[in-house]
Amino acid sequence: MMIDGSTLTALWGAVILSGVYHGVNPGMGWPLAVSAGLMDGRHRAMLKAIGALAFGHLLAMLAILLPFSMMTALIHWETELRVGAGALVIAAGVYLLINRRHPRFLARVAPSRLVLWSFLAAMAHGAGLMLVPIYLGICSADLADAGHEAARDLMGQNIASAFFVAFAHTLAMTVAGGVIAAAIYFYFGLKFLSRTWFNLDLVWAFSLILVGCFGVYLALYGH
Amino acid sequence: MTLRPDPTFHATAQLAMQAPVENHGFVVMLSPDGAQPDGIAVVDLNPRSESYGTIVHKLLMPNRGDEFHHFGWNACSSSLSPLSGHAFLERRYLIVPGIRSSRIYVIDTKDPMDLKIHKIIEPEEVFAKTGYSRPHTIHCGPEGIYVSTLGGGGVDGMDGPPGIFIMDCETFEVIGRYEMDRGKQDKHYDFWWNLPQDYMVSSEWGLPPQFENGIVPEDLLSNKYGHSIHFWDLRRRKNIQTIDFGENYQMALEIRPAHDPKKSYGFCGVVVDTTNLQGAIFTWWRGEDGTWQSKKTITIDPRPEDPANLPPLLQGFGAVPPLITDIDLSLDDRYLYVACWGLGEMRQYDVSDPMNPFLAGKVELGGIARRTKHPGGGDFAFGPQMVEISRDGKRVYWTNSLYSTWDNQFYPGQEGGQMVMAHVGESGGLTLDRDFYVNFPKGHRAHQIRLEGGDCSTDSFCYPNV
Repeated sequence: MMIDGSTLTALWGAVILSGVYHGVNPGMGWPLAVSAGLMDGRHRAMLKAIGALAFGHLLAMLAILLPFSMMTALIHWETELRVGAGALVIAAGVYLLINRRHPRFLARVAPSRLVLWSFLAAMAHGAGLMLVPIYLGICSADLADAGHEAARDLMGQNIASAFFVAFAHTLAMTVAGGVIAAAIYFYFGLKFLSRTWFNLDLVWAFSLILVGCFGVYLALYGH
Repeated sequence: MTLRPDPTFHATAQLAMQAPVENHGFVVMLSPDGAQPDGIAVVDLNPRSESYGTIVHKLLMPNRGDEFHHFGWNACSSSLSPLSGHAFLERRYLIVPGIRSSRIYVIDTKDPMDLKIHKIIEPEEVFAKTGYSRPHTIHCGPEGIYVSTLGGGGVDGMDGPPGIFIMDCETFEVIGRYEMDRGKQDKHYDFWWNLPQDYMVSSEWGLPPQFENGIVPEDLLSNKYGHSIHFWDLRRRKNIQTIDFGENYQMALEIRPAHDPKKSYGFCGVVVDTTNLQGAIFTWWRGEDGTWQSKKTITIDPRPEDPANLPPLLQGFGAVPPLITDIDLSLDDRYLYVACWGLGEMRQYDVSDPMNPFLAGKVELGGIARRTKHPGGGDFAFGPQMVEISRDGKRVYWTNSLYSTWDNQFYPGQEGGQMVMAHVGESGGLTLDRDFYVNFPKGHRAHQIRLEGGDCSTDSFCYPNV
């Protein structure tokens, strides 16, 4: 067990960084908060929309992380689980590389249902999956830290970690997206919307593959 | 798929008005008797160009008898909403339906001087996948490309009501019907929406036997054409309210919502009031209680005329009805342009207060029993019809044909396709440009105009003006 403090810091850094990455991407929703604020003519509407987007995103992260936190109870299968999770994330990235089409059902969600939209958008793009290898790395570091305790305690700890990871990630995302939304709303104006929007589809897919590979590597050679 | 959003996509109508002006326009060329194929003409609109105001390129179709009418872009500013999930489409393809053949052409405009047919959707595919026929208005929106149709299934288009179907915005596959609950809607014409407010409005012309072989006077006088507009929950695909203007308001055609999505109102033009031959514009809006309301806010009177000067269809009335066949709203939501195809007038109404519009400008051209010539000296067949406004609101373009068989009934013996342009004054007013006069090649009439980079009846904006 050689996961040291710096690895753990790096993993938490990745949680935050992936949150910022999701947050600045217009496709994950911040323009909807600007729109809501302007449509309503009140700042509060923008804040409410940011909150709704954040909540939906958080639910999507938990929906992915919690099942994995259950599986970490199988400590004897830890390496296999982490390799499998990494492979799953790689597969999702490859799928998004090949299938570049955005799911049409997302367009059926009414603009007033931002929690649902944010949840579905994150799920459809595998935003939660991106966190899985990082999360499992953190669980493994915790395991190393704590030594062999009873599986039940470990699972409780891992569930708590899932919440921490999801919260930290969503907080980073919300702050990043919220800052951009507020900057556009208060200072720069909507002409910056199209100027700051880049097609990240490929980058996104490759990020998934990269994170997946990293997860597999960490599982096999991290200790 | 591009790396950046298409530069012709704008978050707000305001930004679209400040964008570079149009350099060329695409105009439908219609062979009224099917002797030649229909086509798309590219008109040079750059005043600094040597070929300004002329047709610089044409693309004719491989089939005849399609009857081109309306058409639209594959993508517009509506792509800039994350809700649609396709921000990186290009405004590149024109979706051009034949309303007689039900065939749909997808035309690549990447090089406007070298248009290419990208895809042809044969009528059988439209029939099989939608049960609709006679595709008409095109809008790009959240789920892809929406196409309104004028006919249902069967040879005469009477098997079931017409409606809207959806096409994939990348592959141009016909996906299927839009409606999940159409309520009272049983006829169709135009539709448009407000995307952030999530509503759609649709209108009614008539069923195929009522227009394909000409207007049916008995049906008109017994008020059998459409006279209702329908409000829809856009994403639930459900008709939530139908407003009947009254059965005498025959043919409720163009739907023009305010471009600023913060506003919850719009306009609808009615061709003729059968009680007095007036033309009418209704303003519709969402009331305090959330239900939709409407009120007649503009009327245009018929002009008395010696029956000897009138086509047989109108001789019994001794008057020329205005025949409001198209309306278009400038991007600043200030001016509503009203084509009076019968009178031979293009009117400009100030609709800053949508409940109290007033006439701000007017131009006379063509017209039944009038035939006003263009100031440049050219003839103008029929009357002012399909109108399109430049994004900056300074230039108004229009053509002259309504629909092949109807042209022949209201203007027997006339022929020709013309496109003209008028300048808009700083504080309103409309003046025809005497040098801008595009005469279409013999055998082709002119119908809808689409401007490069979008125009005032294309783009749906997802963010309010600030």
